[in-house]
Amino acid sequence: MGTPGEGLGRCSHALIRGVPESLGSGEGSGAGLPALDLAKAQREHGVLGGKLRQRLGLQLLELPPEESLPLGPLLGDTAVIQGDTALITRPWSPARRPEVDGVRKALQDLGLRIVEMGDESATLDGTDVLFTGREFFVGLSKWTNHRGAEIVADTFRDFAVSTVPVSGSSHLRSLCGMGGPRTVVAGSSDAAQKAVRAMAVLTDHPYASLTLPDDTAADCLFLRPGLPGASPFLLHRGGGDLPNSQEALQKLTDVTLVPVSCSELEKVGAGLSSLCLVLSTRPHS
Amino acid sequence: MTTEVGSASEVKKESDQIGADAAKEKPKEVAENQQNQSSDPEEEKGPQPPPAAESQSSPRRQKREKDPSESRGISRFIPPWLKKQKSYNLVVAKDGGDKKGPTQAVVEEQIIDKEESLPREERQAKGDAEETAQRKQQEIKAQVKEEQPSVSVAEAQLAKGESKEREDEKEKEIQEEKPEGEAAKRETKEVQTNELRADKISQKATKKTKTVQCKVILLDGTEYSCDVEKGAKGQVLFDKVCERLNLLEKDYFGLLFQENSEQKNWLDPAKEIKRQLRNLPWLFTFNVKFYPPDPSQLTEDITRYFLCLQLRQDIASGRLPCSFVTHALLGSYTLQAELGDYDPEEHSPDVVSDFQFAPTQTKELEEKVAELHKTHRGLSPAQADSQFLENVKRLSMYGVDLHHAKDSEGVDIKLGVCANGLLIYKDRLRINRFAWPKILKISYKRSNFYIKVRPAELEQFESTIGFKLPNHRAAKRLWKVCVEHHTFYRLVSPEQPPKAKFLTLGSKFRYSGRTQAQTRQASILIDRPAPHFDRTSSKRVSRSLDGALIGVVDQSLMKDFSGPPGEISAYGPGVVSPVGIQDGDGRRDVRIPTKAPHLQLIEGKVKMEEEETQLEEKNSLRVEGDNIYVRHSNLMLEDLDKAQEDILKHQASISELKRNFMESTPEPRPNEWEKRRITPLSLQTQGRKGDHLFKDILSMKEKHQMATEWTVEEKAQEADKSLEEEITSILFSEKGLSDSMRATFTSATTWTAEGTVVNCNAPSEKLSSSSFSQLPESSHETLNVVEEKKQAEVGKDERVITEEMNGKEISPGSGPGEIRKVEPLTQKDSTSLSSESSSSSESEEEEVGEYRPYHRVTEGTIREEQEEYEEETEEEPGRAAKPPVVKTEMVTISDASQRTEISTKEVPIVQTETKTITYESPQVDGGAGDDSGTLVSAQTITSDSVSTTTTTHITKTVKGGISETRIEKRIVITGDGDIDHDQALAQAIKEAREQHPDMSVTRVVVHKETELAEEGED
Repeated sequence: MGTPGEGLGRCSHALIRGVPESLGSGEGSGAGLPALDLAKAQREHGVLGGKLRQRLGLQLLELPPEESLPLGPLLGDTAVIQGDTALITRPWSPARRPEVDGVRKALQDLGLRIVEMGDESATLDGTDVLFTGREFFVGLSKWTNHRGAEIVADTFRDFAVSTVPVSGSSHLRSLCGMGGPRTVVAGSSDAAQKAVRAMAVLTDHPYASLTLPDDTAADCLFLRPGLPGASPFLLHRGGGDLPNSQEALQKLTDVTLVPVSCSELEKVGAGLSSLCLVLSTRPHS
Repeated sequence: MTTEVGSASEVKKESDQIGADAAKEKPKEVAENQQNQSSDPEEEKGPQPPPAAESQSSPRRQKREKDPSESRGISRFIPPWLKKQKSYNLVVAKDGGDKKGPTQAVVEEQIIDKEESLPREERQAKGDAEETAQRKQQEIKAQVKEEQPSVSVAEAQLAKGESKEREDEKEKEIQEEKPEGEAAKRETKEVQTNELRADKISQKATKKTKTVQCKVILLDGTEYSCDVEKGAKGQVLFDKVCERLNLLEKDYFGLLFQENSEQKNWLDPAKEIKRQLRNLPWLFTFNVKFYPPDPSQLTEDITRYFLCLQLRQDIASGRLPCSFVTHALLGSYTLQAELGDYDPEEHSPDVVSDFQFAPTQTKELEEKVAELHKTHRGLSPAQADSQFLENVKRLSMYGVDLHHAKDSEGVDIKLGVCANGLLIYKDRLRINRFAWPKILKISYKRSNFYIKVRPAELEQFESTIGFKLPNHRAAKRLWKVCVEHHTFYRLVSPEQPPKAKFLTLGSKFRYSGRTQAQTRQASILIDRPAPHFDRTSSKRVSRSLDGALIGVVDQSLMKDFSGPPGEISAYGPGVVSPVGIQDGDGRRDVRIPTKAPHLQLIEGKVKMEEEETQLEEKNSLRVEGDNIYVRHSNLMLEDLDKAQEDILKHQASISELKRNFMESTPEPRPNEWEKRRITPLSLQTQGRKGDHLFKDILSMKEKHQMATEWTVEEKAQEADKSLEEEITSILFSEKGLSDSMRATFTSATTWTAEGTVVNCNAPSEKLSSSSFSQLPESSHETLNVVEEKKQAEVGKDERVITEEMNGKEISPGSGPGEIRKVEPLTQKDSTSLSSESSSSSESEEEEVGEYRPYHRVTEGTIREEQEEYEEETEEEPGRAAKPPVVKTEMVTISDASQRTEISTKEVPIVQTETKTITYESPQVDGGAGDDSGTLVSAQTITSDSVSTTTTTHITKTVKGGISETRIEKRIVITGDGDIDHDQALAQAIKEAREQHPDMSVTRVVVHKETELAEEGED
């Protein structure tokens, strides 16, 4: 289990999935997907992969894009990974459910214990799950239901799993994230603040909270690649995307800030938490 | 058993006689009797017909003649103080006769009243000897009787004042009661055996061995059997078990008994075992009750070991869920601890399979366990245990006590009680959480459980949230667990039982053990070489889960037990020490290696006088200051009369508190990993508020934080103030009771005497509640004003008496085994009134309970044992003779059993036995002749441990403009003959002096009772 909190962001590998052309054309899964500048989206995606590999030093696995799965790059919705266990989700959108297959295979190959949802009544988008290092919060959103949350609790039994009502059409992770082992960052919207308050009530642990002007800025990744003790990084949306939030992010002093951009993919609901899955193959070392 | 048969027949004989006489007796009384009887269903079981009794005199006299030695039985009921009274006999009689003339009649009537009730109870008790449940109750009553007289010296004096004939009558009564009393005697800490009659010795011997075998399943799956006396309190058994286990840090543990297949209850150490068990078998399991949030802070490996055993059970049974990986990791530490380093030859897969690591154990898991086991090479068992605990403590369900319930919409949920507060789960999901600081009140009513929570940030009103438990008992159990957890984890010292005011009906249950803070402090002082113990294999545990218990006697567990001398020094005062009187944990602080209880009794009484000591004031002031740091603790509620040690302790705990406050966030488990991280102070402040733990760094403004902090402190101070006010007013009201009030009481007495016994209690209750409800206004007013108010109140109260009593009768009377307390009326509105209610709270059937984790309310006096006493009794017999009238009707009890107690009280007239030595300084006598002063205040504090009882009386009187504070300490030491009494006495005096350096010791009375009573009475 490691030291609680210390386990947050421990990673050796990152998993991403290429941007299919079908996403650019607005075809495929979601009828209502807006058209993207495919080239820009792919460029941003490429830069993200590069940062994960070179800046953070992670082993990067890139799943090939599948045209039938336009939202395939948002693989953060397909799995919840903690330690050596990966819960393969059952996304709310039936069209997206096939996305889990490739991810499952990859995670299995990496040696993770795979847990399936196996309940037809459960829905769970991975980006509705926030792991703080000490506990889980599962957003009960448009995408994730109680049963889905329950399976999270069943899967990660060591941890408290609390449910947080999420209003609007956001995922929990698009409203808040972890800026450090003890720091929750959140957007300033009502939905984000409400979620944070709910979490504050539910938790046994004291966290600081950092409010950012933009909700999407809160969708950042606290990563601690390499050996224990190595200085952690915060992968976040850069000034190009969200100039207003940069100053606030500077308050996080214990991390190395690594800005990236994904403004194009954001148009289809992507955030940093959905664009990559990070895991450690040696979670207990 | 022989005894019981004997006494039963005796009773029957007597009852026949009485029955014959009954018809002739005053019809009024008979009627009353019947009435009372019906109110107490238990009594109906008694072989004896209800009636009766006053007429006994002739039958009793006969009896007495037959068995003259019987009279000695009285001594048991005579408090040591009383015995001392002997020396004052003459004075008492004279004064009493003169002054009491007018009231005497009243007294007589009362006595008669009591008398009649007495035999009935006896009969019952005996007749139903076989019926455990009933017997239970009876014995309890008997116990109460015993205690009562011992405290109310004044009453004894009153008795003295009475004529000789009366004495005779009373003696007779006492005798009759004796057999019952004997049984009960064993139950009280203060044991007086000397009254043993020669002819009853054999019986007594039989009774003595009347113990019950208890079986306790220990954490390693073995069974431990021991005998405890039937009337023993839970603490006795628990201490035995801990001794057997060589466990010092025992506050985390407890004994469970199985109420039914579903439910287990914690054995309350402060209550008698049999009352809790009712008809259940005496079978217990030794379990962890409070899971230490940070096991690494435990002092001894042996404690950690037992915690590990518990957790292994919890994990294997699924009570403590954890993931596969964690199962594997924990299992591997278990193997390391129990098998040592991995040895491929010895530790085959089969060996591993013998262990149970998880509720459902797969081959894969076992392989993983074995694999991880290899990586722990070199870890000692203790280290492996520590690692095990370090991992377990982080499990989200660690230390969470789950209770099934339904929410307001009927949805199945679980309520989890833990160190931090109350967690609400639906399935496995946490859907809500109420941290202790957020909870204002916890209560239950029937099968509903309620929490009242403080308003959230933007809300204005407190809200109450209700949950439906499967049944009433489940609701009560949950409530108790909440009270205990809150106290243990959040408070520095246990809260006092609530005052009568709040709950006339409800449970006064409070956690009486040490809090975590206290036990940690005590642990620090443990100074013994690490005890050797064998780790028994958890294989055994798994087998025992299958139902096959293996009765392995673990010699190693016992061999290191070298008596607890070190323990004593570590944990508290020595044998005779009057220290820790008011501490809730006094019971545990004083440990005396008494193997043969109730063999000897020493009584040391130390009186001190001082001019105008404002003890109370000092205390409250001091407390107020401290309390700034302790908003959520009841530190400020601590005693008024603090021993030096206590003060030290107190200060230490405060500094600890401060430290905790500075170091850690308020959320429980503060000492764990969180501590290591640096949290901005302001964040901590936020945390203290309980709700928003999340702090907005962006908007952080130090000043604002400070402001918040201050607000909090102010609140705390306010709370303090109100507490202080309360106390003050209580004292004032006592003054109100002084001379001017006597008339009122006298009239009340008369009235009472004419009415039913039940009526007697009512006034006291009413008075008490009125005095408390008055608090707000009366607090800082002048004495005179308050006095007047008080008087007015008294009048009012009397009027309401009947209703009050009715209510009382109905509710608590229904409870099977209730301890009732007899209280002197004079004390009615003094602080200790609460005691009565707290004792009545014992009823298991309580409908409601209430607990306010936030608003602490306390008075100066505390706990069940406390009893009131009449002012000046000992030293000024003349004066004492006056008030006794009042005393006669001090009964606060409402059901029929009370009467018995009353008669018991009368008993003291009879002088008996044993050696009483009085040393006193001349001043005392001067006081004796005086005009009666004005009683300004009086309070009694009693604390007891397994074998000592310390009663402290503080009286303030004003005589001719000079105010005087008297403190009487009465220390009863029960132990075998090995105790050096002289030394104990010297020690007691010394300590008393130290405690009150500015007072002088004016009198010391030593009363010894030994098992073999001296012959001849009076």
